[in-house]
Amino acid sequence: MDGEQAVNTMTDVGNRPAARRGVFSRRVSGILEPYYYVSPALVLIVAVMLMPLILGLSYAFRDIRILNPFSGGFVGLAHFQTLMHDSAFLGALVNTAWWTFGSLFFQFTLGLVLALLLNRHFVGRRLVQALVFLPWAVPTFLSGLNWAWMFNPVVGPLPHWMVSLGIMETPFNILSDPDLAMWGPIVANIWFGIPFFAITLLAALQSIPGELYEAASIDGANTRQQFFSITIPFLAPTIAITLMLRTIWIANFADLIVVMTKGGPADSTQIVASYIFTQAFRRLDFGYASAIAAVLLVLLLAYALGVIALRRAMTHADS
Amino acid sequence: MASIEITNARKSYGAVDVLHGINLDIQDGEFIVLVGPSGCGKSTLLRMIAGLEDITSGDISIGGTVINDLQPKDRDIAMVFQSYALYPHMSVAENMSYALTLRKTAKEKVASAIENVAGVLGLNALLERRPKALSGGQRQRVAMGRAIVRQPQAFLFDEPLSNLDARLREQMRTEIRKLHRRLGATSVYVTHDQIEAMTMADRIVAMYNGIVQQVGTPLEIYDRPANIFVASFIGSPAMNFLEGIYQAEGDKAAITLEDGTVIPVLPSPQAENGQHITLGARPEHIDIVQDGSRPAVSSNVELIEPMGLSTLVHVTLAGKPVKIFTLARPDLAIGSQVQIAFNMDKTHIFDRQSEQRLLPLNEPRHTQQT
Amino acid sequence: MSTPGNSALRKTVYWGTHYLMIAAFVVFALFPLYWLLKVSVTPNDILYTEGVRMWPSRTTWDNYTFVMTQSNFPHYFMNSVIVSGSTAFFTCIIAAVTGYAFSRFRFRGKIIIVALMLITQMFPLVMLIAPIFRILAPLGLTDSLTGLIIVYTAFNVPFATFLMQSFFDGIPKDLEEAAMIDGNTRFEAFRRIILPLTLPGIAATLGFVFTAAWSELLFALMLVSSESASTFPVGLLSFVSKFGVDFGQMMAAGVLALIPACAFFLLIQRYLVQGLTAGAVKG
Ligand SMILES: Nc1ncnc2c1ncn2[C@@H]1O[C@H](COP(=O)(O)OP(=O)(O)OP(=O)(O)O)[C@@H](O)[C@H]1O
Ligand SMILES: [Mg+2]
Repeated sequence: MDGEQAVNTMTDVGNRPAARRGVFSRRVSGILEPYYYVSPALVLIVAVMLMPLILGLSYAFRDIRILNPFSGGFVGLAHFQTLMHDSAFLGALVNTAWWTFGSLFFQFTLGLVLALLLNRHFVGRRLVQALVFLPWAVPTFLSGLNWAWMFNPVVGPLPHWMVSLGIMETPFNILSDPDLAMWGPIVANIWFGIPFFAITLLAALQSIPGELYEAASIDGANTRQQFFSITIPFLAPTIAITLMLRTIWIANFADLIVVMTKGGPADSTQIVASYIFTQAFRRLDFGYASAIAAVLLVLLLAYALGVIALRRAMTHADS
Repeated sequence: MASIEITNARKSYGAVDVLHGINLDIQDGEFIVLVGPSGCGKSTLLRMIAGLEDITSGDISIGGTVINDLQPKDRDIAMVFQSYALYPHMSVAENMSYALTLRKTAKEKVASAIENVAGVLGLNALLERRPKALSGGQRQRVAMGRAIVRQPQAFLFDEPLSNLDARLREQMRTEIRKLHRRLGATSVYVTHDQIEAMTMADRIVAMYNGIVQQVGTPLEIYDRPANIFVASFIGSPAMNFLEGIYQAEGDKAAITLEDGTVIPVLPSPQAENGQHITLGARPEHIDIVQDGSRPAVSSNVELIEPMGLSTLVHVTLAGKPVKIFTLARPDLAIGSQVQIAFNMDKTHIFDRQSEQRLLPLNEPRHTQQT
Repeated sequence: MSTPGNSALRKTVYWGTHYLMIAAFVVFALFPLYWLLKVSVTPNDILYTEGVRMWPSRTTWDNYTFVMTQSNFPHYFMNSVIVSGSTAFFTCIIAAVTGYAFSRFRFRGKIIIVALMLITQMFPLVMLIAPIFRILAPLGLTDSLTGLIIVYTAFNVPFATFLMQSFFDGIPKDLEEAAMIDGNTRFEAFRRIILPLTLPGIAATLGFVFTAAWSELLFALMLVSSESASTFPVGLLSFVSKFGVDFGQMMAAGVLALIPACAFFLLIQRYLVQGLTAGAVKG
């Protein structure tokens, strides 16, 4: 040292811990550490979701009817063969596409518009934000009942408004018209689902650094150019992931349909998820219901993987 | 207080080796500065000492005890982070007493320790504030205070001053130095600022690419850099480098530059005639010779930067830029020729291949480490 | 370029449109709730005759008094509070530790667990009812609030975990490292330093899960058969069968049931946006 006499003002020197307390044990506990944290979630998910899923998939190959004491045997692919010729199922498949993409399109566009509106500062924004997000908190079956009520020409205002707007000749309940019935649950679903998109997109919007817009406006970009050159590219990843997750979620979401139309009239609003429900709990045929569910799961997985592959291909093409 | 020994410490992230076998003995009470460019592994080494990163292989011991496998909390060290890492939901006093309360220190003892340290750092008026309500410099002091109250075996600093403005940084530099003098605690200080390294260190550890390039006192490092990296990294304005060929005859030696200019140097037993070398000379070791009193070479004036106290003259020699530092205020015209002379005793030669410095005859081989 | 007058006009038009659209969204969001309220205060005898009027000529609290005093509703309500509250509580704890691990550790099994969590979001849940019943029945967890809490917690953990992770991602790692050097183990540092800093995130997650559990109908209907363990959505459906379809009472019950969910949600929706933003910044 360079001749400097250090003055020690320290009083107690900490206890020197014992040397090498098992190299091995610390290495192992270091590797295991993350698993201590995730184990409760893992146990729960495996026990309450994964095991039932596997059990459920096995039902698809068995004859399981609750009220029939002789059921329970393996039937191989019989359910799937029946399914191929089940016109109600094929109809439900088409309806599912309608229901999903009809709801999704409006939920997304209106959610995006709402997020953009809320992303500007204005008087009363906090209050407005709280109010417009409220539908998300309403129990779905309650909103289903309420919307069914509002579509009813005797007790609801909607048919009368549509007549005044000239969309309808005389007030009638669209929920009982096989051609239009699907729009009932879709409207309810749009109402319920806008907040989800608005919240996620608003969060994404707020994470765009403000300097980007400043830089762009200095470069002479007008509002529209800024929207397409900054906002949309920044939102793209959020949009892609939420659209995908939401598609799957809506395809599985039968509550509103079960409450509002029970799949009717004449199966015109029967989607696959509600069809499963009908098979399982009206006909008590769990084997067949599980077979349908398995097909739906496979279709949704294929859809998800397809979207992911497409995205990957597109980002690779870009770069 | 304790010494720290690092033997053959390596660190890899998967297939990427970040530290390639570090050996370092830090004396009890020494103030060591780890310096090097961004990404060279300084923080990684410091965090290995702290226990925040696993040691891939090798040993680190504090006070003679190998601490490789101890939790950070059992190593009895304190660390000051670049971001300060003050607990936002605690007051200044709570931040400083946190470690002591965890050690179940008696209340009165904690209170007096805090009062003591707050007095030293001038934090008395701020004790009840939250970190959010402090300025950058105050936060820095609190972070220092939090480390000091613990009276640990060693202090670790990871670029603690880099978020401060120039003036405050200068002030804190002296203050940390004074504190060290007072506490005498073993300290390892990471920075990429060579001025901090020069002014604060008892010994500097210059690192590059996960390898210790040289260990030595600031002046050793400055005067006798082990290789081109250390020579170029330490010193501002930076050392000038020129490429040429070594030629020696008897007790005289010289470098012939690409354009035939000959510059005399001290002969080195490590160099051979005809060897490709890089010549290095600090700007203050090149003189402008206007009266022909010394043998000199001719160069072309490119730019003159007056800096008040001194002047920096940019010239070209053999097609390469050369900076000259002078306390005089030479009267030169841009574009004119000027005679310059290299201070032979202070001019270094480096092997161009290995980039190691070739030592002159009478210099002992010490402080070298690769 | 444009004159000042021109740009002022443009500004007025812009903000006019802005507020108009905002108003449209607010009306769209609130009108159905308003209608719910309206039906619940309409006396039974004019429910159908004045069905389409914007506000009935007479109003009454009868439906509310009936629901509160004559029906099982307060009991259902309590069950729902217990189930949703416990679900929110346990989900938050589990999601917090899991989200923390996702945010701070790199480990081999992570990608598998994340994939598992994503796939669980794709299940048609209906399909799980029978198998879950099968698994819970021998444990005595069917027809019990505990069983419902376990199932709800499992269903909510994946999303809550991703939400919590995004909050943790917004908190610098230096903080728990400082705490670990100060003398904490990692878990203590997590509990004493990191968790207090994520309180808004925890509030958001609590509210989110509470609302979700509060609304759940399918499993509540299928796993519970006795009156004593029914939650409020099931109870609400029982209005349909028991009293004929007494819409007034049902809507009154609905309005009452809305109150806790909405109150909770109003409190936390701001943090929800903030939390998602914090995560997004990190990438
Ligand atoms: N988790 C990691 N995985 C892979 N590589 C890493 C990781 N952490 C650090 N590195 C690499 O290790 C090297 C050394 O990093 P380190 O942070 O020690 O540099 P540094 O010398 O402190 O630089 P700076 O002055 O910028 O702080 C860098 O090249 C970095 O990219
Ligand atoms: Mg660093």
